[in-house]
Amino acid sequence: MWDYNETVWDHIRNPRNAGPMDDPSAVGEAGSLACGDALRLMLRVDDSDTVTEAKYQTFGCGSAVASGSALTEMLVGKSVAEAAKLTNQDIVDYLGGLPEEKMHCSVMGAEALEAALRNYRGEPPAPIDEAKIVCKCFGVTEDQIREAVRTNALLTVEDVTHYTKAGGGCGQCHDRILEIIEHERKTERVGAPPKPKRLSNLQLMKAVEEAIEKHIAPALRQDGGDIDLVDIDSPNVFVALRGRCASCVASGATIKQFVQARLRELVDESIVVEEAAA
Amino acid sequence: MKVIYLDNNATTRTADEVVAEMLPYFTERYGNPSSMHYFGGEVAKAIEQARERVAALIGADPREIVLTGCGSESDNAAIRSAVDLLPERKKIVTSRIEHPAILGPARYFEDRGYEVTYLGVDSDGRLDLAEAAAVIDDNTAIVSVMWANNETGTILPVEEIGRLAKEHGALFHCDAVQAAGKVPVDLRNSTIDYLSMSAHKFHGPKGVGVLYIRRGTPFAPFLIGGHQEHNRRAGTENAASIVGLGKAAELAHGYVEVEQTQVRALRDRMESALLANCRDAHRNAAAEPRLPNTSSISFDYIEGESVLLSLSDLGICASSGSACTSGSLEPSHVLRALGVPFTRVHGSLRLSLSVFTTGEEIDFVVEQLPPIVERLRALSPFGH
Repeated sequence: MWDYNETVWDHIRNPRNAGPMDDPSAVGEAGSLACGDALRLMLRVDDSDTVTEAKYQTFGCGSAVASGSALTEMLVGKSVAEAAKLTNQDIVDYLGGLPEEKMHCSVMGAEALEAALRNYRGEPPAPIDEAKIVCKCFGVTEDQIREAVRTNALLTVEDVTHYTKAGGGCGQCHDRILEIIEHERKTERVGAPPKPKRLSNLQLMKAVEEAIEKHIAPALRQDGGDIDLVDIDSPNVFVALRGRCASCVASGATIKQFVQARLRELVDESIVVEEAAA
Repeated sequence: MKVIYLDNNATTRTADEVVAEMLPYFTERYGNPSSMHYFGGEVAKAIEQARERVAALIGADPREIVLTGCGSESDNAAIRSAVDLLPERKKIVTSRIEHPAILGPARYFEDRGYEVTYLGVDSDGRLDLAEAAAVIDDNTAIVSVMWANNETGTILPVEEIGRLAKEHGALFHCDAVQAAGKVPVDLRNSTIDYLSMSAHKFHGPKGVGVLYIRRGTPFAPFLIGGHQEHNRRAGTENAASIVGLGKAAELAHGYVEVEQTQVRALRDRMESALLANCRDAHRNAAAEPRLPNTSSISFDYIEGESVLLSLSDLGICASSGSACTSGSLEPSHVLRALGVPFTRVHGSLRLSLSVFTTGEEIDFVVEQLPPIVERLRALSPFGH
């Protein structure tokens, strides 16, 4: 028996917004009968681009019922732009968690939403590039796997199977899935270093020191300047510019546009960089 | 909430008499049956009595009974024994509807160079004997075919298959885990070399199985490193469970009779009522001969796990061939082998009764299930 939490059980027993909708503004579908689960999402959107009604129908297990129910509850009252930002993880969070093996139901919800929004914008359904199907058993494409790996920081083939079903059949695509995971992880490391959330003061201090030493000071030194970290009082970071930077008329811009921007990117988005009082 | 247990092909309620006989072997009779003192000797005697009771259930000699840890171990041991004993033969023949405890070892040896043939079945779950005759040959080390299928209850022509195996000098194994205690299993004039059983499928305890090895049939042990079971299965005996197995085997003589009459009547009543009260419902592999306790029904447009969860809320325990219930994402290989369409596999429900099932319980299920099916269909995007 799956270990569903009470919230999930409540949505299974009392699904919200289940059933068909007359004349919806948009319809999106995901999954298929053959795969064992399918979800149809129907939206009513008013003139101000706000979702006023959401309904769903599903052929699926308890978590598919609960995911559809949660998704429709979350959507009502949101603008189309806000709706577009919802991810499968938001569905999982709304439900207070799903068993690992059932994560693909939340992904199916996110895919149905994406399809519905395409339909709302008058775009054709996302084309399926047959050549990019990785898992032939469940018809899962490379892009779908990448998206799941990125959104949910997946690390193993088993993770990918839980979230997308890919690899859950004959198993012949396991090597290919592993390649995708490794490629995504590499991209992630090069592109943007991980940003830990809610740093303690000590962690913030270390992270800021490291970012300044490795990424900021070297750039300033190239121009004959330098930078010292003076103090931290979260979210304020006090620095002093040295060398040529100290006398540069653009030092204010350097601090805000370069130092602060880099620290926000590398450490924490809430950081405010101030020049330390002389 | 009252438990209405209709999942007896998964496991069964341990009979009260079985538990009562087991209890002393957890408490005062804790001796090791191998010990050279009266205290261990008493336990050894209890194990021998259990062995005799098991032998009596299947028309075997007690010396032909090896006590194991579970049905899966018995299945694994049989396949491995044949591979060890007949190294020059590089073929295994089995069926597509076997239990994973046979399909797993078959794939294991397939990966290691063995040719494995998985015999197909028709939509009623029947094996094609002509196909079996064509594939079983002198290169075949072992043929393994189940007595009765766990999902549909279909009873297979094991003696005919066994004769084909004998003609070519291959060993013949039969997984009788679902058959024992439900239908007569008599090995006195049988072609079966190895046969597997499991106590918890006929109201005995979990954690104890049986491997029957016909007298004169060689056997290469799976678990080695101990003299127990006449060097055929190493490890200190699970005395309490073995005693429970013995009692369950003794009681099972009576069960077989009740299964053929009372259980069959309840199952048939349930099936016809469900088919009458649910539109777009289909029986899977319902042709005779089949186990008297098993019913597999598919409901179009809905998914099995949702049905099970709704039934579970009412205390009704059943199972499904849906992918969602397995954790493996793959729907039932048995129903797929029968050619049941994917959608109906996902919408399948297995109800398996026992001698403890009552008429009131069946009435309750027959009353509760149709509205559940309709409620889930109202949620479904299909079939409107």
